Amino acid sequence: MPYDEVVARFEPVLGLEVHVELSTKSKMWCGCPTDFGGEPNSHVCPVCLGLPGSLPVVNRLAVESAIRIGLSLNCDIATWCRFARKNYFYPDMPKDYQVSQYDEPLCFDGNVAVEVGGLTYQVPIERVHMEEDAGKLTHVGGAGRISGADYSLIDYNRAGVPLMEIVTKTIHGTGAAAPEVASGYMAFLRDMVRALGVSHGRMERGNLRCDVNVSLTPRGSSELGTRSETKNVNSLRAVADAVRYEMMRQGAILAAGGRVKQETRHWNEGGYTTPGRSKEEAQDYRYFPEPDLVPVAPDPAWVDELRATLPEHPALRRARLAADWGFTEREFGDILAIEGALELIADTVAAGTTPAAARKWWLTELARRANEAGVALDELPITPAQVAEVQALLADGAVNDKLARQVIEGVLAGEGSPAEVVASRGLAVVSDTEALDAAVIAAIAADPEAAAKVRDGKVAAAGALIGAVMKNMRGQADAAKVRELILAKLG
Amino acid sequence: MLTRSEVAKLAALARIELSDAELDEMAGQLDIILGAVAAVSAVATQDIPPTSHAVPLTNVMRDDVVNWQPRAAAMLAGAPDVEDDRFRVPHILEEEQ
Repeated sequence: MPYDEVVARFEPVLGLEVHVELSTKSKMWCGCPTDFGGEPNSHVCPVCLGLPGSLPVVNRLAVESAIRIGLSLNCDIATWCRFARKNYFYPDMPKDYQVSQYDEPLCFDGNVAVEVGGLTYQVPIERVHMEEDAGKLTHVGGAGRISGADYSLIDYNRAGVPLMEIVTKTIHGTGAAAPEVASGYMAFLRDMVRALGVSHGRMERGNLRCDVNVSLTPRGSSELGTRSETKNVNSLRAVADAVRYEMMRQGAILAAGGRVKQETRHWNEGGYTTPGRSKEEAQDYRYFPEPDLVPVAPDPAWVDELRATLPEHPALRRARLAADWGFTEREFGDILAIEGALELIADTVAAGTTPAAARKWWLTELARRANEAGVALDELPITPAQVAEVQALLADGAVNDKLARQVIEGVLAGEGSPAEVVASRGLAVVSDTEALDAAVIAAIAADPEAAAKVRDGKVAAAGALIGAVMKNMRGQADAAKVRELILAKLG
Repeated sequence: MLTRSEVAKLAALARIELSDAELDEMAGQLDIILGAVAAVSAVATQDIPPTSHAVPLTNVMRDDVVNWQPRAAAMLAGAPDVEDDRFRVPHILEEEQ
């Protein structure tokens, strides 16, 4: 059914469950490292393997991170809450239960405003609770699919990594903007956890994972429709696409007089959902209070301390930077379009570079190099301070544009700071006037035709001479100065 | 009164295989336990908070510090089956799809 018709006949109701993997150094209940990419089962211990007699102890930073997330979502913070065991048999959890929170979440009753197309939509927050991540399964045989596999292999390095689950209440009144409200909310969460410094916030790496609940209510009816839950939708665009796809799929079923089945669905790369496992009922998890972990009772003074550490709201910060930097909407939009660029440019500006120069470096030369290396912009081995240093060298005339790019190349190659690269590669502009003079005289002698044209007032012909000098100086001259010298000699 | 089918469901969730005779036996025994809990519940009034922990402690936390030693081999040694440094388990879903 066409999207417009779905929206005309039905009101979409959304619910979003987002898991945020924290960037703590150690796991939720034990001192194992959370680093990604270790040898299989190298970051495990008796606690995260759930061996008998081991005793978990909660990571204080994870609790602080959860509270700061909750405060950023305008939530109330519980004065006392417990962990709970969620029992299920699936080998990604070595304990046969996940330690989570049940009816006593750490944070609850918040709200977030999401702006789409100039309109503001309220996203009410049900809860933020603490839990742990699961291990990674590899299915062997049956083309790697779980259903046909002969057996499965498990790496528990990720088991026990702190995970925060953020659950919205049902979101009403979004109408045709439902897909964009959903992705706008995800973008807010991503920016927020990054600004808080509690998570790397990379959706493509699974630091943020979204389960999308969608149902349709016929217009004029107050009855909630049956919902589907699409699991693990892991990009902003996919979140919007999954909402739109489910609205259209369910709209077609309902319009034909059918009934939507309550089920879990999978998101597919091709942009559509397929049925997954039928959902176990909540009570089947047989939650009960976790006896090995004592309750968390945040002192109001501690919560106030944490509140004081909250960064500027991402939307306000963007608005402030846009105003401070004075870019056009389009120029600023280009920055927002590249993940991490805003922070890098802000840090470079803070290190003394003009916004225009900072933007130019990160969005052209460095974006290109990140692209070539297949890494994110903020993963390049160069800091905003180093970029600022290169720009300062350029502004002082110590290097020219071409040399500056070579300095960047050297820093990226691990050759040290910009100053060290300039020294080791001998990249400084030749300011020795005698050497320059000699090169200018040689260039004029080698190309009398161009020299004659310049003498006749055809200044454009100086280009060939400047090129020859620059080549002779191996690029290490200030082109403007060379030009000046040539024109002076032929004037 | 706990029914036999409720016990069968719980057994299935806990992955415990029980014979018909055992189901009957367990239903009876669990009923006695539930009866004892009900007796306690009847005595416990609003002013007695439910207890989940024996010791009234809160906020026992550790700093976010890596405290770990490489001992993958020892961790894997206890597993019934291992392949490529990973725990090997039988195929997971047979009833689905």
